Amino acid sequence: MKLSGWGCYPIIECAAHLFEKRSTAAALLSAGDDWIAYGQGKSYGDSALAPHVLLTQEYNKLIDFDAQTGVVTCECGITLAELIDLFLPRGWFLKVTPGTKLISVGGAIASDVHGKNHHAEGCFSESVISLRLMLPDGTIASCSREENVPLFRATCGGMGLTGVILDATLQLKAVNSAYIRENIIPCANLDEVFVQYDRCSHYPYSVAWIDCLAGGSSLGRSILMVGDHDDDGELTLPEAKRLSVPVTCPSFLLNNYTLSMFNQIYYRVKGKPAQRQRVPLETFFYPLDKIDHWNRMYGKAGFVQYQCVLPMATSYKGMKALLQQISAAGMGSFLAVIKLFGPQNENFLSFPMEGYTLALDFKIQPKLFGLLERLDRIVLEHDGRLYLTKDSRMSEAMFMQGYPRWREFQDLRTQYGMKKKFNSWQSKRIGL
Amino acid sequence: MMNLTILGANSDVAMATARRFAQSKMISSLCLASRDLELLERNANDIQVRYDIPVKAVVFNALDYTSHARFYQQLDPKPDIVVLAFGLLGDQQNAQSSFEEAHRIIDSNFSGAVSILEVVAADFERRRQGIIIGISSVAGERGRQSNYIYGASKAALTAYLSGLRNRLFKSQVHVLTVLPGFINTKMNRHLQLPGLLTASPDDVANDIFKAYLKSKNLIYTLWFWRWIMAIIKSIPEPFFKKMSL
Ligand SMILES: Cc1cc2nc3c(=O)[nH]c(=O)nc-3n(C[C@H](O)[C@H](O)[C@H](O)COP(=O)(O)OP(=O)(O)OC[C@H]3O[C@@H](n4cnc5c(N)ncnc54)[C@H](O)[C@@H]3O)c2cc1C
Ligand SMILES: NC(=O)c1ccc[n+]([C@@H]2O[C@H](COP(=O)([O-])OP(=O)(O)OC[C@H]3O[C@@H](n4cnc5c(N)ncnc54)[C@H](OP(=O)(O)O)[C@@H]3O)[C@@H](O)[C@H]2O)c1
Repeated sequence: MKLSGWGCYPIIECAAHLFEKRSTAAALLSAGDDWIAYGQGKSYGDSALAPHVLLTQEYNKLIDFDAQTGVVTCECGITLAELIDLFLPRGWFLKVTPGTKLISVGGAIASDVHGKNHHAEGCFSESVISLRLMLPDGTIASCSREENVPLFRATCGGMGLTGVILDATLQLKAVNSAYIRENIIPCANLDEVFVQYDRCSHYPYSVAWIDCLAGGSSLGRSILMVGDHDDDGELTLPEAKRLSVPVTCPSFLLNNYTLSMFNQIYYRVKGKPAQRQRVPLETFFYPLDKIDHWNRMYGKAGFVQYQCVLPMATSYKGMKALLQQISAAGMGSFLAVIKLFGPQNENFLSFPMEGYTLALDFKIQPKLFGLLERLDRIVLEHDGRLYLTKDSRMSEAMFMQGYPRWREFQDLRTQYGMKKKFNSWQSKRIGL
Repeated sequence: MMNLTILGANSDVAMATARRFAQSKMISSLCLASRDLELLERNANDIQVRYDIPVKAVVFNALDYTSHARFYQQLDPKPDIVVLAFGLLGDQQNAQSSFEEAHRIIDSNFSGAVSILEVVAADFERRRQGIIIGISSVAGERGRQSNYIYGASKAALTAYLSGLRNRLFKSQVHVLTVLPGFINTKMNRHLQLPGLLTASPDDVANDIFKAYLKSKNLIYTLWFWRWIMAIIKSIPEPFFKKMSL
């Protein structure tokens, strides 16, 4: 079976297996090496690809929910979308959610995903009370901040390389509305972005869309969107309309779409006092989920997402250098996202560190890889790193320099016999 | 408020149907019955957490005929709706050379259904209430070389359900026959299904629930299978026998 991540690059021939029961998963794992778990395939590159793939989508049952405390226990294949559908009407939402809800709980833990509130609430693992992990020999380890702590720290953010996360107990967050009060702030350039981010750091949610084509004095022209949960007791979402991209089509369509979306908003709010609006939580958190298969807009060759983080001290200088490089090359997607991160956590391989992160898409084309290497150098010069779940091409050296705790991670893998059993194309490429 | 029991509840269609009924808030309890208890208990838990209704998991084997009366006796509360979902596609090639396989297919789809539904029917008839929803298949509408043993057992089931409906009408007991076309479930994961004609378990569950609300006697799901089967049934035998279906 041919499988790929969300970027449709690379596409790899894998032997993929579903499982509905733990015993089936254990039996599968006992045959052969080089296994990796595959959730919803929303990681962009080759993190979930290996010769043997364990598809978790059918291991997706709910196990327990405490309506008093908002603690839910579920199997790892369940999607965040299902959790939201079930528990938002009862007044509970995810503590941390990425920009799509169409991912599995297992994937959210393995990538230790972040949302628009990283500066306030940290990564997804902050909501993980405990998890159960299937080890190479098919046995199951309970992991938490009290039990099997190193396994817990390695598994959250560990990209599936420590085993198969079977189920997890999550703390949900109480909310009193399915709506967000949003403020939209136009920023004429990168300096303004940094100033506004600083000013708005008391908002739990924030993200900025940045116009990558703008250069010169407009370099970093952005729309900053900040928000908080409304408190109106309205817990049902309006019916969402769905669009779909039926076939792979040329990428300029996506650029045109995002371009017009950006300009519409930018010129509506420009020069006016901060614009407030009340929007459904889905519109605020998951604008792209409305369009099924939008990845097809990049055409057959696929695309990569380049996401880096730079520490606070070098963020401004580094972002400027990156944006100059990108705008000069004229190859990037029109839109990029820039976000503020709070302090780094204790997991071995979690991506966020205190500073700013930049993410943007590039359609695959021959001259792209040269540009990405130039960007890599800038990231390293500024002591930053790249996000594994978005990556399909980073070098071993780039990884090891960016993630100094890789050695502890690797020692743990050796200790538990994970190095032969659990590998992805990515882990082999980056020397894990 | 109704009590719902599902036989062969580990089937993907059965689980989708259970969720659809639970979601409607029209049932007060749910009993899931099937062979694989490990899976069944997880499924039961899942629905209980999702919809906040009491759900029981009970072992049930359609082929263990002698257990059926006892199985039904211990159901508490007694069901008002019974969904018969178990079924076995089996291996046609294998069934041609091994009567054991053919027998297993016939028993899983037909004999087992007769055995348990007669127990259910007797109770419903006595109580003068109840709804039986039987999942048969369009494969029973005309025998084809690729799965005629399965098809024949489903044809028998369809005829059986029709007779049962006729018998129970005067006791105010209703029987709904469901004839699905292709469904994307674990039953046919190994087959290449035509995408446009293939329903999801949720689609089928929706159709079943709607038909239940409207007290339909027989439905095709998805709807266009009524027309596809009308065409297939109208092909004269001299032509039909030459086709590779
Ligand atoms: C539109 C879009 C927006 C996004 N926005 C964000 C964002 O804002 N923030 C962010 O952090 N990420 C974001 N992402 C990335 C996405 O959240 C992560 O890649 C996430 O891990 C995908 O989950 P998945 O279930 O699809 O996992 P997959 O892509 O299938 O797998 C991802 C990794 O998790 C591992 N894994 C999956 N399940 C298990 C399991 N049960 N046990 C062990 N390992 C497992 C895999 O082996 C692999 O290494 C976005 C992606 C898209 C497509
Ligand atoms: N899938 C299709 O395309 C299709 C098309 C037309 C009709 N149908 C019919 O629709 C119904 C549901 O199909 P499905 O695709 O959802 O099936 P499925 O997912 O393959 O599940 C079938 C279930 O039947 C149960 N079962 C089999 N033999 C049993 C026995 N002896 N006793 C008790 N339970 C038994 C099994 O339960 P355990 O796991 O507990 O063993 C299994 O989970 C079946 O009657 C099928 O014939 C299906």
